[in-house]
Amino acid sequence: MTEVLGVAGLVKRFAGGVEALAGLDFGVRAGECFGLLGPNGAGKSTALKAILGLIEPDAGRIRLLGLDIPAQARQARARAGVVPQADALDPDFTVAENLLVFGRYFGLARSVLDARLEPLLEFAGLAHKRDAKIDALSGGMRRRLTLARALVNDPDVLFLDEPTTGLDPQARHLIWERLRQLLARGKTIVLTTHFMEEAERLCNRVAIIDHGRRIALDAPASLVVHEIEPQVVEVNGEGVAHWARAEAPALAARVELVGETAFLYCAGPAAAAAAAAAAGRTASLRVLQRPANLEDVFLKLTGRELRD
Amino acid sequence: MRRYAPPAFSLRFVPVYRRNLLVWRKLALASVVGNVADPLITLVAFGYGLGRLLEVVEGVPYIVFLAAGSMCMSTTMSASFEALYSAFSRMHVQRTWDSLLNAPLELDDVVIAEWLWAATKAAFSGVAIIAVVWALGISREATLLLALPVVALTGLCFGAIGLCVTAVARGYDFFTFYFTLVVTPMIFLSGVYYPMSALPDWLAAVAGVLPLAAAVELARPLVLGRLPDPLLAPLLTLLAYTGGALYLAMVLTRRRFVA
Repeated sequence: MTEVLGVAGLVKRFAGGVEALAGLDFGVRAGECFGLLGPNGAGKSTALKAILGLIEPDAGRIRLLGLDIPAQARQARARAGVVPQADALDPDFTVAENLLVFGRYFGLARSVLDARLEPLLEFAGLAHKRDAKIDALSGGMRRRLTLARALVNDPDVLFLDEPTTGLDPQARHLIWERLRQLLARGKTIVLTTHFMEEAERLCNRVAIIDHGRRIALDAPASLVVHEIEPQVVEVNGEGVAHWARAEAPALAARVELVGETAFLYCAGPAAAAAAAAAAGRTASLRVLQRPANLEDVFLKLTGRELRD
Repeated sequence: MRRYAPPAFSLRFVPVYRRNLLVWRKLALASVVGNVADPLITLVAFGYGLGRLLEVVEGVPYIVFLAAGSMCMSTTMSASFEALYSAFSRMHVQRTWDSLLNAPLELDDVVIAEWLWAATKAAFSGVAIIAVVWALGISREATLLLALPVVALTGLCFGAIGLCVTAVARGYDFFTFYFTLVVTPMIFLSGVYYPMSALPDWLAAVAGVLPLAAAVELARPLVLGRLPDPLLAPLLTLLAYTGGALYLAMVLTRRRFVA
């Protein structure tokens, strides 16, 4: 399978000796949706900047679309689309002007842009807003316009930095649906996120990175199978801390207490049901039994302490 | 990193320049009032008002003396406002530059576009004052046409200097220091309102190396129908400031973005 993006041994140190990337490795295959997951400060945004040639790494190798980065970053960016974390739309222009002006930065001719404008507005669901000012758009509309703007050069690969952060659930689902359309058209997508649900729904494979290093890489479902017990019992309520220390260890393979919730990781449905039943006998506790998910893997691998 | 490399020119800057031009066309009226009406009022009010009291300065009516300073000052202010407030808005507040850098554009393209755009807006202001000087009959000398390249160069010079300030700015407040501590004293030292011969010797020596003083030294004889003499020294001063400031702006902006 052809590789759209290859990252090997990437190191980036910032002033003060902070090592944002400490030997990051991963590869992205053509046509897949690849997720870069990690807590705040893990190095996701730094990695994206390095891949686009916006910062120069201290060591390592990047190849994007067969081009060496940063040496050939300009040519690579001509064939890539970027949806940054902040929309950074041009507030002085209308919706349509934002697309046209951005297209010119790629050296696209007016005739090409005119032909692409309507389909892009349709795709973004903004055909009725083409002459609206940016101020008049909702957060979801702005995000869709930013996505359309990233497609103006008909890119082979699309980078999205936390594409649905700050959106309401309706707007988020619409973005996901659009991204699936792009995947169906054969685009390659690389996205960073800390919404595990987003990664599970969209990504063929995810890399979990922390402290500038890759700590896991696989399909979300495989990570859940291989990295963690299949069943989780969540217990919370008054006295949960005491209960978790006194009784929970005998009920589960692994127990974690986070704030006011105890997580009991169980080897199978039977064990989980037994643990849930045992917890249910203490009247003050609320109990939820569920299958393990990517978020459990993420928290197990990156730890539960707060990252600011 | 090629942080200390000279600015890399490429025609990729054109769409970025064009973007600023398109925005300006939408807001042109307010811009014209700010950049042209203000210095025009200064020229007319001071020129005619103060001119009545002073009558003759360096052998010419005060308004004729003031005309050259006025066109250079107007150009300087216009270039500085664009390179400071407007460029900073695009760079830091609206994050327009970040979007540009995600396209196949380099930081050098962006800085060069902003520089040429600031110079263009500055030249508009300078040309407007030159037109008024001609229309009011303050000067109808043929050499007035040669003031056009002088204001163009002045715009390039202060656009580049302004971008150095923008590259190290953390917020709009920082620009107050530049205007209050650099631009305003420079205007008073550069022979805009009164001849530099009125300054004490030591201060005249300081003033002699200022880029605005060099611009006024070039423009004033042209208003009076003469060619600048000396020509080379002030011309080289302006060129040196322009080249030096553009290079510094490039290095400082790279440091800001790449670090």
